[in-house]
Amino acid sequence: MARRNTLVFIVVLIIFILATLVVLPVEEGVLAKKGIRLGLDLQGGMHIVYQADLSSVESGGKADALEGAKAVLENRVNPLGVTEPVIQIQGNDRVMVELPGLNITDEEKERLARVDILEFGERVSGNETAKWENELGKWKPATANISGEVKELTSRYFKTNTQVGQDDYGRIELHFEWDEEGSQVSQEITSRLIGQPLAIFDGDEPLRGEEGRPIAPTIEAVITDRGRITGLTLKDATTLSRQLNFGRLPVPLEIIYDQTVSPILGSDFVGMSVKAGLIGVVIVMLFMILYYRLSGLLASLALVFYGVLVMAAFKLWPGGGVTLTLAGIGGFILSIGMAVDANVLIFERIKEEIRAGRTLGAAIDAGFNRAWTAIRDSNITTLIVCGILLWLGNSIVASAPVVAFAWALAIGVAVSMFTAIVVTRTLLRLFARTNLSRKTWLFSPRTGRE
Amino acid sequence: MFDITGKRFWFLLIAVIVILIGIIALATFGLKAGVEFSSGSVMTVGFEQEVEQDDLEKELANLGYANVIIQSVGEGDFLIRLPEISGEDKTELETGLTEALGTLEVREFDVVSAMVAGETARNAGIAIAVAAVGILLYITWAFRRMPDPLHYGTCAVIALIHDALVALGVFSILGGIMDWEINLMFVTGILAVIGYSVNNTVVVFDRVRENLTKDAKSDFEIVVNNSLVETLSRSLNTSLTTLFVVLALLLFVGATIQNFAVVLLIGIIAGTYSSLCIAPQLLVVWKKGEWGRLISWLPLTGARG
Repeated sequence: MARRNTLVFIVVLIIFILATLVVLPVEEGVLAKKGIRLGLDLQGGMHIVYQADLSSVESGGKADALEGAKAVLENRVNPLGVTEPVIQIQGNDRVMVELPGLNITDEEKERLARVDILEFGERVSGNETAKWENELGKWKPATANISGEVKELTSRYFKTNTQVGQDDYGRIELHFEWDEEGSQVSQEITSRLIGQPLAIFDGDEPLRGEEGRPIAPTIEAVITDRGRITGLTLKDATTLSRQLNFGRLPVPLEIIYDQTVSPILGSDFVGMSVKAGLIGVVIVMLFMILYYRLSGLLASLALVFYGVLVMAAFKLWPGGGVTLTLAGIGGFILSIGMAVDANVLIFERIKEEIRAGRTLGAAIDAGFNRAWTAIRDSNITTLIVCGILLWLGNSIVASAPVVAFAWALAIGVAVSMFTAIVVTRTLLRLFARTNLSRKTWLFSPRTGRE
Repeated sequence: MFDITGKRFWFLLIAVIVILIGIIALATFGLKAGVEFSSGSVMTVGFEQEVEQDDLEKELANLGYANVIIQSVGEGDFLIRLPEISGEDKTELETGLTEALGTLEVREFDVVSAMVAGETARNAGIAIAVAAVGILLYITWAFRRMPDPLHYGTCAVIALIHDALVALGVFSILGGIMDWEINLMFVTGILAVIGYSVNNTVVVFDRVRENLTKDAKSDFEIVVNNSLVETLSRSLNTSLTTLFVVLALLLFVGATIQNFAVVLLIGIIAGTYSSLCIAPQLLVVWKKGEWGRLISWLPLTGARG
């Protein structure tokens, strides 16, 4: 029995050391090479959910259209330089984009979901109203009249096979192909504007090359289904080819949920939460030691073990770890208060057993055994609630705080059962074998006086 | 030995009075639904220089946003509750405020569409209902070897409905006085409280179960009373340690999760009361078939007191 206890103690110690190495240093643990993933409210960033308008898509092509929109969003997100962007399809008609840590401007945000990234402009003639103006002149959208309908030339007509090549003399060329409608639009526009420049605009701004000049190739021939743009630098051609390939969303996207947090705000909260957590832990430890003496001290040691193990679980949780939000920290801090509950149940029980005249060793075992059903049944109700919270979190758009809280609480409850039943018991048994065990006042102030 | 169950009618009377006050508050003030449930936009702005809330309110009215809710969230930061606005509207609003009141930073900007708000409100309601039913079923199952296991489940659920009503009542008053809103974190907090409160109730019930198995002959009221007394220091100690950490959360993290921490605070107090003074007392009332006596006693004492 005693040898088995020593063995358990050694295993517990090894787990503690491993968990500590996973957790520390906080930014990148010695064992798990990563920090705890923080939610938007703690590190800033953007979380947007788009609703796709699939009404114009045939029923068989809806999934493809959504995949296409996702691919385009991915390519538009890449140049923003976010380390861990998350772009996911949700349900049948939604795409979620999460860009942690990014301080995104309103223009960048608007551009992400713009259907046509690039528009083409022709010079205004006479006193027509101009849509754009730059150092090369005034411009209006280049339009074609296709069987009575006015169509603007935009990046939507490009097939997604635009690529950079070289001519026989090694000069950079950009090869592109129009889709069916694009060919008609292009044929009319290029025959009407031959010899004139065609400027390219991204929103309100002209598209500029790396030297800062607006890109405005001159139309040299009538273009129907395919053509090339010459005179670009390699870098400009590469950028332009990417923009043309992903210059069109297959379906319009509308923002139905948007949470954008400035990164500066979040950093304050991490510090404040750590402070709150530490103060909470210290008060709980003081209370436990004052009320339960030596048992309380051992429970406090178990609480340190608990904290380290929970943080290690946050880091190692399947799927890249638990994303910690402010609500998640709330759940963690709440679980510290609740984590000692199992200990309290057991200690109260041990006190009763001592009062009933048992020796300390027997009282410890009886205390643990009798407290077990209460610990089990009461924690299962908390776990049921956590399960419902996870369902709620996964069924709604603003899921992050709910999910983080539920995981934090569930992991906290599960780990607290382990620490109370295995860690505290092992420590108590070790002490029960020493001379200290005869001084029962160390375990229970009231019985000591009796 | 304390006689707790002997005062069961008084405990239940207090609960009824508190719930009545809560219902009156709900009827008077109603509840203010947060942006997640009612759709719209929330913008948190921080000004570099000192700005009075009144000036901000006037300027917002100038820009076409009259009667919006503004809350000061510490150190020159304001939370502005707006109708659902687009990115363009937001840019215009920012420019307008900067011109009138000086440099500002938008710390947080949330937009929730009506569709998303509807889904969230519906699913939050479902979650709370499922939690109540789930707990009823679980406790009935956990106490299946006892006579009348459904009594245990029902009493636990009545206790948690009490906790939720108390929290709703307090938030209705806070909403009426300080514009506090019911948001998603409130619902999360309520669910956490439900879990916590039932946790306490189960510990008491577990002891009743154990004592009944040991001694089936004693009067049920005495068994429940002994179980309450035996678990009392555990119940109070766990409530205290949990209150300590929630207070730390409330005092040191502040504004953003204030609602959440306050729900937990109220819920822990209400939950401790309900798991000692409602659930086990109802169990005794039910076992002894005292419903009629209880109901005739309640208005009588109410009139006397």
